[in-house]
Amino acid sequence: MKRIVSILISAAMLISSISLMSGCSDDGGVEKTGEVLYVYNWGEYISNGDDGSLDTNKQFEKETGIEVKYITYSSNEEMYTKIKSGSMTVDVIIPSDYMISQMISENMLEKLDYSNIPNSENIDDSFANPAYDPTGEYSVPYTWGCTALFYDSRYVDEADIDESSWDLLWNEKYSGKILMFNNQRDAFGVAEAKLGYSLNTENREELEAAYQELVKQSPLVQGYYGDQIFDKMESSEAIIAPYYNGDLLMIQESNEYVKGYIPNGANKFVDAMCIPTCCQNKSAAEKYIDFMCREDIALANIEYIGYASPMSAVVEQLDDEMTGEFFYPSEEKLSTCEVFYQLSDETNAFLSSKWEDILNNVK
Amino acid sequence: MKKDSWLASPFMVWVLIFTVVPLGMVCWYAFTDASGAFTFENILKIGTYWDYLKDSLIMGAVATALCLLLGYPLAYIMSRASWGAQQTMMMLLMLPQWMNFLLRTYSWMTLLENNGLINNILGRIGLGPFHMINTKGAIILGMVYNFLPYMILPIYSVMEKIHDSLFEAARDLGANRFNTMRRVVFPLSLPGVITGITMVFVPSVSTFVISQMLGGGRNMLIGDVIERLFVGAAPNYNVGAALSLVLMVLILISMAVMKKFDDGEETGGLMM
Repeated sequence: MKRIVSILISAAMLISSISLMSGCSDDGGVEKTGEVLYVYNWGEYISNGDDGSLDTNKQFEKETGIEVKYITYSSNEEMYTKIKSGSMTVDVIIPSDYMISQMISENMLEKLDYSNIPNSENIDDSFANPAYDPTGEYSVPYTWGCTALFYDSRYVDEADIDESSWDLLWNEKYSGKILMFNNQRDAFGVAEAKLGYSLNTENREELEAAYQELVKQSPLVQGYYGDQIFDKMESSEAIIAPYYNGDLLMIQESNEYVKGYIPNGANKFVDAMCIPTCCQNKSAAEKYIDFMCREDIALANIEYIGYASPMSAVVEQLDDEMTGEFFYPSEEKLSTCEVFYQLSDETNAFLSSKWEDILNNVK
Repeated sequence: MKKDSWLASPFMVWVLIFTVVPLGMVCWYAFTDASGAFTFENILKIGTYWDYLKDSLIMGAVATALCLLLGYPLAYIMSRASWGAQQTMMMLLMLPQWMNFLLRTYSWMTLLENNGLINNILGRIGLGPFHMINTKGAIILGMVYNFLPYMILPIYSVMEKIHDSLFEAARDLGANRFNTMRRVVFPLSLPGVITGITMVFVPSVSTFVISQMLGGGRNMLIGDVIERLFVGAAPNYNVGAALSLVLMVLILISMAVMKKFDDGEETGGLMM
């Protein structure tokens, strides 16, 4: 999900667009068809050829002759706004669960023809007909994961760690060294889980109580961040932060002391591939989704991005360090987790105004 | 002159598509509700955002004042230096601008952190650590750093045109250095100063990235509020557009006030 700094994303965009432009056809690929496919994905969310990994998009171009234009976003809401306003016409998107259900309800997604996506068979049955896409007609899972709590084991006492709860984020002992999500949905989710409420509650009293928890936490928080959490944890500027479990390995590359656990009541998310109704080339888009579900391609992507795969065939081939309990939580742990549903506009607006209060007036 | 005016048509088309039409859309959104009916409600809601507006205006003004304090002497020194030195200074000024704005701001984040480079170095010599990141000061620093060239360049381009003979004349007439500055250089450089102030104040007031990176996400400026209203979890284009409109009007007013000080100088300051 919200990975690495947005700067790197723009740099990656630039580089990938340059490499696409200079993509040569004399490396054994099929003839260019002249078709162009616009793929709109999270930043740093595909194997892109860095560090000897497979360049997924290039491989697709080589095999199909279809040119891929790859564009990235940093939040579901950003992607939604750009597509809804018509300022962007793309062929493939990879939103998260709750956004998929919203887009289905607003008729923004095309039904998929699974006979054109035979590789979707590779996806485990447990991902069939999910709550966000109950008829299973609109989406093909790409990755999944949970929100998690990261901490720097050099500075945080083992005694303060309770792997069942988010309480560490409220521990006054670490005041000023704690980071928090900068998006209201994830932040309120943490507070709701701490209080034992549903992450999808729309009950005003519960929301108010969650708000009070966040207010209480506010003086301890060093800053509210998205991708910057990577940097701050890697440099030990902060020592406790919530983020997405799939990012642990990336952080450990720079700071091996960072550890993580999934507290009860974490948010379980699935990011899935969809075709928006603005799609100009549905057959190419389905080819791309099929390609992404192919075992070797899916494996390359998962190895690169580190999130959990919905294909057991892929999971079996991963290194041990990528398949631990932290990345593939037990059924028992998952039963405490919850998937986000789209909240009503009123609740979103209510949370928004409360969230602004937290970020500002309460200092 | 007149018959060549068609040469401006590409620019006019550009302005029409990318300035006039978007402005029209902002106005349209600002005065309609979600269903498209005319309303003043969005404008009336501005009151709830007054604190952000006030903060942004104050911080923008402080950043602009600092830019002027730093930039004016530098522009003067540059304009009086030898041609080669001028080129070098210009190069040094422009060089950082070749790097992406976000990257530059991001590096300030790592510089100012409690475990950052500056505190590390100060720590070696037994000072600090000083808490610098996630403060209003850090945001203002980010503004000054990023927008300083926009203050220096217009002032420099005006000052560079002040002929040396004017300094000689001032001296001949008995003015000391201070009086030369006050009564000759400053009045002549005023158009550049006005342009510089505008070019620093406007982006400072409306910035949103700097406050997110250097303010720890908890010192929201009006730019952040507008951004959230467009791409946040509870988007409201209408209020967002109304806020943008009010911000624009406030900036226009402050620019008009500034222009009052510029007593009809003819020398162009708009050199960018």
